[in-house]
Amino acid sequence: MSGHDNTDIQSHVRTYMMVFGALAILTVLTVGASYLEVTSGESIFIALIIASVKGSLVASYFMHLISERAMIINILLLTIAFFFVLMFLPLMTATDAATIL
Amino acid sequence: MEIPYTVKERPDTGLNNSKLGIWLFLASEVMLFGGLFSAYVFLRLGAPEGAFHEWGKELNVPLATLNTMVLITSSVTMVMSWASLKMNDFKKYKLYMGLTLLCAVIFLIVKYFEYTAKFDHHLYPSTNTFLAIYFTLTGLHGLHIIGGMIVMTYFWLPAGNKMWHSEPEHFANRIEIAGLYWHFVDLVWIFLFPILYLL
Repeated sequence: MSGHDNTDIQSHVRTYMMVFGALAILTVLTVGASYLEVTSGESIFIALIIASVKGSLVASYFMHLISERAMIINILLLTIAFFFVLMFLPLMTATDAATIL
Repeated sequence: MEIPYTVKERPDTGLNNSKLGIWLFLASEVMLFGGLFSAYVFLRLGAPEGAFHEWGKELNVPLATLNTMVLITSSVTMVMSWASLKMNDFKKYKLYMGLTLLCAVIFLIVKYFEYTAKFDHHLYPSTNTFLAIYFTLTGLHGLHIIGGMIVMTYFWLPAGNKMWHSEPEHFANRIEIAGLYWHFVDLVWIFLFPILYLL
């Protein structure tokens, strides 16, 4: 392995440590936010935003998606599209119930 | 027999086969957990107003916060074990992989205490819809932790030494692939923690 690779990896390691710190802070933040006096809609919004930021950090840096090939990114975009379809299914049942009532 | 494209990239995909394979598997895992997340939304919308929040108060937030930290730490040690191999430091790899396994064991022990505390208070999956989806989601996630531990233990034991000494690049790729799975398990927990414990 060449020396160039080594310095490359060392700069990665620094990034991993920064991501680690950010994830720890965000975990404390999300627990703290759950004690705020806000409506349940607002607390769901805050919790999901923080979880999405944490999830993106893990996916981008630990799973190296930030520098991954287009093929993998495309597979994941397709997966995310279907994931959202799944999430909208229960919401559709909710609007359906509202029209019956 | 030599398996093709475990290290070298395939010219048509630009990826080695293991990398493409694990991502397709993880895509299917997103759909598996996605279906259950969808069931969670469905049950939450169907429950009386505020009931999910009330039922969720039975859970132990400090223990779950500890477990969140443990899993995040295990993701860092996992990525460090791969980085150590890339820097040709097999001793450090052993150390970091051992720490990752230790974190996984701690996670399961904490989870065991959480589960038994629920059972002691006669709280079962049949008690209410919240606990039903709680046990289903955390149970499936726990099985994923155990699955990851089996793979990591195999690479940590002497079998790993042999692989590293005969084909270092191939071994580093295997650790990277195992790592991708492990980070995914961490990522699922990042979403499970707020929706089950905090909302």
